[in-house]
Amino acid sequence: MISYPSAPIAPTPLKAAPSAFPIDSRYVAPILITLILAIGQFSFGMLENLPRTMLAIGCSIATEILLSYLVYRKFPHLASAYVSGISCGVLIRSTVIWPFVLVAVVSILSKYVLRVKGRHLWNPSNFGISTMLFLAPALVASLTQQWGNTLSPMLIVWTLGSVIVWRLKRLHICAAYVLSYIAFAGLRSLLPNHPFLAELAPITGPVYQLFIFFMITDPKSTVSGFWPQCAVACSVAAVECVLRLTGNVHAPYFALFLVGPTANLMEIALKSRRSVPSAPLLSPQ
Amino acid sequence: MQRSANGPRETMITHRAYVCYTSHYIMPQTVVPLMQSRLLRLLLPIVLVSLLGTIAWLNHRAQAPAATAIASTESIRRYGFALQEVSQESGISFTHQSPTLDPALAHIMPQVASMGASVTVVDYDKDGWPDIYVTNSGEGSQNHLYHNLHNGKFEDVAAKMGLADLNSQETGVSMGAVWGDYDNDGFPDLLVYKWGKPELFHNDGGKGFTRVTEGAGLPAWVNANSATWLDYDGDGKLDLLICGYYPDGVNLWHLKNTRMMPDSFEYANNGGRKYLLHNLGGGHFEDVTVKMGITSHRWTLAVGTADLHGTGYPDIVLANDYGVPELYANDHGRGFRDAAHEANLGYQPKSGMNVSFGDISNSGRFAVYITNISAAGNLVQGNNLWVPSGPPSPNALHYDNLASVDGVEMGGWSFGAQFADLNNDGNLDLFLTNGYISASHEKSYWYDYGKIAGANSAIIADAKNWPPMADMSLSGYEQKRVWLGDGYGKFTDVAGAIGVTDTADGRSVAVADLWNTGALDVLVAHQRGPLLVYKNTVAPNAHWIEFALEGTRANRDALGTQVRLFWKNSAGQELSQLQEVAAASGFCAQNDRRLHFGLGQNPKIERAIIRWPGGGLAQTIIAPVLDKLNVIKQ
Repeated sequence: MISYPSAPIAPTPLKAAPSAFPIDSRYVAPILITLILAIGQFSFGMLENLPRTMLAIGCSIATEILLSYLVYRKFPHLASAYVSGISCGVLIRSTVIWPFVLVAVVSILSKYVLRVKGRHLWNPSNFGISTMLFLAPALVASLTQQWGNTLSPMLIVWTLGSVIVWRLKRLHICAAYVLSYIAFAGLRSLLPNHPFLAELAPITGPVYQLFIFFMITDPKSTVSGFWPQCAVACSVAAVECVLRLTGNVHAPYFALFLVGPTANLMEIALKSRRSVPSAPLLSPQ
Repeated sequence: MQRSANGPRETMITHRAYVCYTSHYIMPQTVVPLMQSRLLRLLLPIVLVSLLGTIAWLNHRAQAPAATAIASTESIRRYGFALQEVSQESGISFTHQSPTLDPALAHIMPQVASMGASVTVVDYDKDGWPDIYVTNSGEGSQNHLYHNLHNGKFEDVAAKMGLADLNSQETGVSMGAVWGDYDNDGFPDLLVYKWGKPELFHNDGGKGFTRVTEGAGLPAWVNANSATWLDYDGDGKLDLLICGYYPDGVNLWHLKNTRMMPDSFEYANNGGRKYLLHNLGGGHFEDVTVKMGITSHRWTLAVGTADLHGTGYPDIVLANDYGVPELYANDHGRGFRDAAHEANLGYQPKSGMNVSFGDISNSGRFAVYITNISAAGNLVQGNNLWVPSGPPSPNALHYDNLASVDGVEMGGWSFGAQFADLNNDGNLDLFLTNGYISASHEKSYWYDYGKIAGANSAIIADAKNWPPMADMSLSGYEQKRVWLGDGYGKFTDVAGAIGVTDTADGRSVAVADLWNTGALDVLVAHQRGPLLVYKNTVAPNAHWIEFALEGTRANRDALGTQVRLFWKNSAGQELSQLQEVAAASGFCAQNDRRLHFGLGQNPKIERAIIRWPGGGLAQTIIAPVLDKLNVIKQ
């Protein structure tokens, strides 16, 4: 999910991008994703277990506050933790409670621990969800079903999601991923027993809408630059295709888990080689 | 603060949208000492690794190996009973066959043709010994009626009785059966529901059956997977509820097109309609479904009826595949009201496949057990145990799902389940069968199933878009569960220990005291598999009592009659348990109509309060006879 700075840092305003919203960008994603989920919940009960989603959000926020205090002695901006908590609470399914606690804690903790030159390598919720799916398959599954399975909730997600990523100038990442996914679905359909529509089917479900709009576009854990970002999105789709061919049911999460930090490390290495001036880069944001 | 040396393009958009990037290169001085703290640098990674280790450990703990089977004597000593599979010794040799449907479904045939193995218990000839009827589903295959020979053996008399040859492409194949004395002549009649034409048979005094379908007012074709008899209006005549799964317009052998699958994995509303057929007498029924307020088009797999609201009239619970369960509250026989939401049952869409009622904590109220799908790493729905809170009221009913807390949540791809006091300790236990499609041990369809399950309705509703199954398994070779109840709502699985270890694809479970020994035996019908008979041996010091009820003003089968038995245990503590006579129970199953109560050691029976359906006065039986079948007439 998109993570936003939670540091108590107020960077000097440089030149703000033109905005259609008279609100702080950090609030756009939280507000819109909350709107999406609220509409979905009232329409279809999409959260299935609202208290557990709330628990994940609460744990995410509490962890962020605790770690920020320990590390910075400051109260953090909570937008990032809120969105991470939502994604953790929505995208995993379990009949027991502890996964919702641990996935949120691990997600936020990873942001503070798994860092290179001041950048966290993984999208926090992708790290938390992927490790949970990998380490606890007996008790945890990912969200696999639909929200009504009709077009209307998808239109809402597409519209609001597009607004968010357009606002963040990341719509090209979504487009690159979607086109790549479709291309790889076409390739897989050339194999026997892989009908094209069955290969295409997952991307028509709500999980992918969240994944596309709110996870692979995370500004904090993606590389910079238009074309590199497109290349990473294509790479995620490519690795996902490979995982799908092995029958991996959590292919998108694991693909991003593998590709995201690899791309970030490459970028960090390249920037280091170009001798980009870098003070100690330790902020978790 | 410092600013990044990034290029001008990024600088232009930094502050609001890309503030994160600038922050990578911003170093507040106050941070340095803390982050450089060796303690934190050491501690946080350790915490992260510890948490990951904890997750792996919790997962490992959840995969505890099944208990090793123990000898019968040890099982009786430890758990108070032992189950032994005796189908061959009993003369029961039945293997279910699945149908072969339209060739357009060939690529997913194992999945589409995955139901039809059902088992029901009935004393069709009123000789006092339960008989068994089991359905088959292959075109040309035979249903079997096993007559109880009173000597531990059974004999198939279906062909002789005219109940065998019911499966064909032209009229459809059997999905289940349900017994009810619709004409109150004292002999239970039979409805066989099918993917096809439902068939009604009149019981001719236990000597044979006459097909009376024509003119009875039954629908011409229903793709039904559940049906039950009930006297919804308390007029003393049994009415009929038949629940469609696939839409009625679908002939599974001659498809008009392949858009016959559910249009959603969770919210499908394009399934078969329901038929509530009011008994007019004389073997005629009238369709009153819409008039009575039942409008569901969900994909119903199980139906159960019980007086949940305490009105004296049966309420209806539907377990629906691809959607939420439904609860229809009976308004004193005047109609039904959708009460699923107000009762907290109808919010979470799952894959409902079973409805069983049981007074699990001896509180005088029924919990409702609805089975769903759980497959590690793929789909974790969990079964639901809906436990009532607060006293029953005609207008207020509220349930909480306590399956996880009570230990009966995780089964597998769960189908039929029945509550029964298997060890006669006075507390209800729960027998659950699991497993969907057992084929290749190496190849699983779960990945492909996951692809289509999340798809938009335009894709999922069309069978041709579903990935081919070939010889893949889908939640195959799963263990059954035998959960022992403690009377306080907690259950412990002892299936492996007591010898219930088969992993065939179970569908229908029924319980009955087959040999009149005072112990409940268990029957399990398997898809493309055998009918297994688990004979129960209970510790001799555990007592029991049974009731055979016969209505006079109420329907003669006494369906809908509740018995609440009060007794004192060996410690002098007063206990009670509620049971209700019902037709359908579980998944495509019907238990013995006689009610069986376990009582534990040295019980002292006080009274049995009998509430006949229709809301009349209760009847009290003082000190009914222990360790006997008590025959009670209204």
